[in-house]
Amino acid sequence: MKRRRGTMRRERLDRGIKVRTDSVYAVSGWPEMAYLALPRLVLILGLLAAPFIFYFNPYWQRVLSIICIYALLAMSFDFLAHFVGLVSLGGAFFVGVGGYTAALLNTELGLPPLLTIPLATLIGAGLCTLLLLPCLPLRGVYFAIVSLMFPLLASRIIEALNILGGTDGILGVDGFASKWVEQYVLILAVLLVLFGLRRLAGEDIGLVLRGVKDNDQAVKASGLNITTYKAIAVFIASAMGCLAGACLVHLYMWSGISQFALDFSILPIAATVIGGVGSLVGPVLGCLILVPISELLRDFGTLRIAVYAVILTAFIVFRSEGLMLYGSRKYHQFERWVEF
Amino acid sequence: MSQEIVLRVEEVSKAFGGVQALSLVSFSLRRGDVLGIIGPNGSGKTTLVNCITGFVKIDSGRVFFKDREITNRPPHKIADLGVTRTFQVTRPYYSLPAYKNLVVPLFSPRARRTGGWRGGGRLGSRDTVSVDILEEIGFERDSFVPYKMASSLPTGYLKRLELARCLALRPEIILCDEVFSGLSMSEMASMIPLIERLQMDGITLIMIEHRLRELFRVANRVMVLNFGLKLIEGTSEEVMDDPAVKEAYFGSEEVFSYV
Amino acid sequence: MEIIIYGVVNSASLALMALGFTLVYGISRLPNFAHGALYVLTGFATWLLLNRLGLPYILALTGATVLIGLVGAAMYRFILIRIRGMAISEIIASYAIGLALLEGMRWGGLKGATFILPAFAEGSVSVLGVSVDWQRLILIGVGAVLVGLLFLFVHFTRVGLALKGMAQDERAAMTLGIDSDQMAVVAMALGAFFAGAAAVVLLPLGNIVVESGYNVLIMAVAVCIVGGLGSWTGAILASFLIGFAQILTVVHLGAHYQVVVALLAIIITLILRPSGLFGRQKELEERV
Repeated sequence: MKRRRGTMRRERLDRGIKVRTDSVYAVSGWPEMAYLALPRLVLILGLLAAPFIFYFNPYWQRVLSIICIYALLAMSFDFLAHFVGLVSLGGAFFVGVGGYTAALLNTELGLPPLLTIPLATLIGAGLCTLLLLPCLPLRGVYFAIVSLMFPLLASRIIEALNILGGTDGILGVDGFASKWVEQYVLILAVLLVLFGLRRLAGEDIGLVLRGVKDNDQAVKASGLNITTYKAIAVFIASAMGCLAGACLVHLYMWSGISQFALDFSILPIAATVIGGVGSLVGPVLGCLILVPISELLRDFGTLRIAVYAVILTAFIVFRSEGLMLYGSRKYHQFERWVEF
Repeated sequence: MSQEIVLRVEEVSKAFGGVQALSLVSFSLRRGDVLGIIGPNGSGKTTLVNCITGFVKIDSGRVFFKDREITNRPPHKIADLGVTRTFQVTRPYYSLPAYKNLVVPLFSPRARRTGGWRGGGRLGSRDTVSVDILEEIGFERDSFVPYKMASSLPTGYLKRLELARCLALRPEIILCDEVFSGLSMSEMASMIPLIERLQMDGITLIMIEHRLRELFRVANRVMVLNFGLKLIEGTSEEVMDDPAVKEAYFGSEEVFSYV
Repeated sequence: MEIIIYGVVNSASLALMALGFTLVYGISRLPNFAHGALYVLTGFATWLLLNRLGLPYILALTGATVLIGLVGAAMYRFILIRIRGMAISEIIASYAIGLALLEGMRWGGLKGATFILPAFAEGSVSVLGVSVDWQRLILIGVGAVLVGLLFLFVHFTRVGLALKGMAQDERAAMTLGIDSDQMAVVAMALGAFFAGAAAVVLLPLGNIVVESGYNVLIMAVAVCIVGGLGSWTGAILASFLIGFAQILTVVHLGAHYQVVVALLAIIITLILRPSGLFGRQKELEERV
């Protein structure tokens, strides 16, 4: 049959099984439950099993940890951008703050990694929120500009004033107890954050945050202080970034200016856009793709940043729905050409 | 109708660049009043509401809510006291169903104080309360209307959703910015009893309107603004007989020009 | 006395850096994070035209600045215009383009050898008892001339007035027949041109390094926030404020505190007077 685009249109229909899995009917039978659970199970089991799969390949074990770190950053960006409407162009700032805090707690106070990580997460998040507080009552573009500047300024100030170890950084940070701890702390963190945030988005406070993004005048007229809720969102997002930074520092047993590097700012954004904005799983997917690519490009120096930037621009301009939404569309619907 | 003055506006003025939007506007509102504010377009009606509710900074003048000064306080604090407003251009949270739209005001400190909810999760008390409010406001409970996406609701329902948003805060005053505009005759027929019921529940209303016939059915006092100046305040008959008001709306037959 | 002279020089350089950024933002509400990239790109282009093609310096300068104006226009016309109006996407895209250009340059050529642009005139002269090199004086002069030309352009030419109209109210300008897409492209070209002009005047004072791209972006943003995003009178005033503050810090505390001044300026402005000195959107509430 010859297809003539002029008189054909694409029709999308939900697969039969999707209709049967709406709300309460989801538990009505094995096929329905499997349909809903399958993608999530693949993700969870895949991540949990990964350290075993790579047991004999320490290089890829390290890459897995790095993927998790970037996944935390990417989810932080997605959460802020899609649920609250704040574009955080300088995720590296959270990494640096969390990293330096953890390093200081470890080297100055002698605390072990399993303590420094939670402490650095909380203290770092508090610091970041405080520093970003002045621009929260203002329009979104101010947040973007200020968040862009902070990592650049931070690295320059540390270098210029030669504080916190200057260009050498803080050396002699303890590592994790074992490779298993190293990987599972990160994997569990990623899974908890992922499902926790999705749950949060459905809770009432998540709705308030989405309201702030959609129509902040109405939220103000409803008696809610916008700045407070934006601050809560920034605290959550920066906590994720600080967690990532703290783990990074214990991974490499060193803390330095490179934590404020552009990689940590731009790769999460690229991963989010490629993987699919707003779904929180998309960023994780994007990291699974981009981080191995960045490892391969390691020999090319900073070209890799240019590569991410180009891919990012292409996705934003041309196919901004991202792979996740594309994939979920295919999973839930089938398409066919129909005459009209 | 009690004599208690709930809102007092004293000589409020506001200029935007070179345009004087409000000049020395003053009025008082008693509990249980329904005050209609009318005037040609651009006379400063919405600016007055913005000034009272804190969305726009007042240049000079003061606003009092029950002897408490609320001049230039942040909008969420003023709403927290019980002075709520609707928006002329309705913008609900489009991606949420209608009843979820009310979760935001129900989450506010005021709603939590006056309603006494603790907790609330996905199927917690806020959802049931919001469906109750929607039923009060005219959404049929047994139909699917409260569960439809806000983006698919017609104007009549959206205007009511705006009012519902205010009601969720158990307000003392609602400033309605053109709730009648854009409604069909049948929607209007069900809106007027709603306004009357709000009044009977003890809520004081200020209504900015262009549809004068319907407004005069519910309002007991009317105030006219023109070019930011208050022309007259009184009952609807007094106001419509006033020559200055007629001139503001229809122009005068005098040949010489002003200014 | 030295403080005054060097303060003026520093302020003029900051003003040059910031003008392009504030122009683009004022007219099309786009924060051009590729500003620093365009700056460095001009320097590199000038160097190439000068050394590889052997053009006389004046031609190389003008060629490079015009070229960068075209690059800016192309960047807008082919990439940014497609996401016009989507604030989040615009911000991310301009950031990404800037990064792509800067890091691409870092990898592609601007490493290893030192790239220097010759000064316009060698030697120094004594002004009010202070020894200043000619290049720095030329800097002030060029800055003043450019601002003057911009003023005339915006007030007396059709295109300039159209841009001014767009900056004040885009919808109203559109109803008057001004094509906002085209004007946005023109605005971007102008902004890029100013970035390039700043580059050719400032780069002879040092080397062409990719890091200066980020530094220029930081300084431009700092000046624009203090002066008010979109207002170029504010930008000029702010550059004098920050310029003198920086010189004073250098004299009394040390050269490496300059960056701290920028950071503090931003934070203080955001806390005390968020819209900047001459910010047009004075109160966020007024956009009800």
